[in-house]
Amino acid sequence: MIIQDRMTVTSQQQIAHNIFEMKLNGKLVGEISSPGQFVHIRVSDSFEPLLRRPISIASIDQEAGEMTIIYRAEGRGTTILSQKRSGDEIDVLGPLGNGFPIEETADGETAILIGGGIGVPPLYELSKQLTAKGVKCTHILGFQSKDVVFYEEEFTKLGETHIVTVDGSHGTAGFVTNVMAELGNEFSTYYSCGPMPMLEAVQTMYEGKKGFLSFEQRMGCGIGACFACVCQTTEGSEKAYIKVCSDGPVFPAGVVAI
Amino acid sequence: MNRLSIELPGLQLKNPVMPASGCFGFGKEYGQLYDLSLLGAIMIKATTLETRLGNPTPRVAETASGMLNAIGLQNPGLKGVMEGELPWLEQFDVPIIANVAGTETADYVEVAKAVSKAPNVKALELNISCPNVKAGGITFGTDPEIAKELTKAVKEVSEVPVYVKLSPNVTDIVEIARAVEAGGADGITMINTLVGMRLDQKTGRPVIANGTGGLSGPAVKPVAIRMVYEVSKAVNIPIIGMGGVTETADIIDFMSAGASAVAVGTANFVNPFVCPQIIEQLPAKLDELGINHIYELIGRSHRL
Repeated sequence: MIIQDRMTVTSQQQIAHNIFEMKLNGKLVGEISSPGQFVHIRVSDSFEPLLRRPISIASIDQEAGEMTIIYRAEGRGTTILSQKRSGDEIDVLGPLGNGFPIEETADGETAILIGGGIGVPPLYELSKQLTAKGVKCTHILGFQSKDVVFYEEEFTKLGETHIVTVDGSHGTAGFVTNVMAELGNEFSTYYSCGPMPMLEAVQTMYEGKKGFLSFEQRMGCGIGACFACVCQTTEGSEKAYIKVCSDGPVFPAGVVAI
Repeated sequence: MNRLSIELPGLQLKNPVMPASGCFGFGKEYGQLYDLSLLGAIMIKATTLETRLGNPTPRVAETASGMLNAIGLQNPGLKGVMEGELPWLEQFDVPIIANVAGTETADYVEVAKAVSKAPNVKALELNISCPNVKAGGITFGTDPEIAKELTKAVKEVSEVPVYVKLSPNVTDIVEIARAVEAGGADGITMINTLVGMRLDQKTGRPVIANGTGGLSGPAVKPVAIRMVYEVSKAVNIPIIGMGGVTETADIIDFMSAGASAVAVGTANFVNPFVCPQIIEQLPAKLDELGINHIYELIGRSHRL
């Protein structure tokens, strides 16, 4: 169920250049049903900025009633968010959207998780849940450069992890597709989150494989009422547009026209 | 005694607060969050004769104390609304105001005729002010004579009272208001969004794919208040006021300016519970002002 919660910040730290990890405590955590869901955060009680900010959930600790979000402080809203400190309360709406289906990969099978930049965070909770049920996870994580790489160690603890940087300052130089080509197609499912060009490249390279992609789009309400965050489907006809916030953000490969 | 009830043509409102068209879909999303029967009414998303897919993305952009949108009247079309949306809303004790849009008079007439027969549709809102579609919409709302003729044509076929939604993107909104009154409108809803634009700092190009978008949110409230004030002095039909309504103080302002009820738009995106919250807070606000029944507020600004 979607609830509006005043969550308490329990920690906030910068983990890479302009990349922040924030832990939030509140009853909303108990409502999260799948990895890849997101929350809609009001960073200020004033009209500046006015709209909420959609941010993916990176990790959940149900026992502690705590969730972790990882975001890039880039615009006005996320910069204000990055100034919050432990003990501050934040208005959070969620959990929103449909996450990654972990049931699509069985115990003993292999999954490849491909993330790009600020699309990496939701893959962390996904990998935790997949590995917990016995799925072997391989991670391919792409970043611009070494200074914005995060969670390398955390992912490595869960499974084989390949870091890729565009400028070659860390890990493999180039794009996630370079590593994908090396690893081949011997896996059962792929899951991906990142910028549109990356999702397009991943879907093309893994054509015919079972996969799930998480999309991003400018949002208004976050619950499906305002029709701002639509994306086009490959089907055409009446279902030509689907809503990223409430129909997605995760869709099976091939559903969204990219 | 219900201190919040308001009676308007076709509408017995429990309270004067309703979500504005285009900001509430057809109610299903908000219906997961609270009981829609708490609302005074619901203005559903615009209905056109055929399915409309709307504009390309990005469709929204944030601005200072507001936002721009250019959704482009995406909706499932008359058949989809009649069969897929309105029946679901019948479970709630709430009057529906159906927003009717089109690209030519015949479209408006056909949609109005059909949708006004739905049992829970108690009034129509004639959308002659959408700034985000290429044909129709706002072109009907900027020429007084055309606005009057369209109002007349829709009044002839509608089974329920007709409210006309005015555009603020005109030189003289009073002239348009008088024209639709002369055309037989039972009420006015105002204001639709103000046409605006935001540019991308890096590319210099508009952020919204459509180029322009409609500005809404707290930023537009002073414009809306001024227009409601002017129009309410000039016409004898009731006004449902909107434009930046976010808290109870805004309800007081709009009704004082001359509105008989208010609609909440953008604020639903910021706080999805805003409508029931401000309805609940309203009696205390009336106490604070020494007002017995909310009716006493209407047009207070003109009496001073």
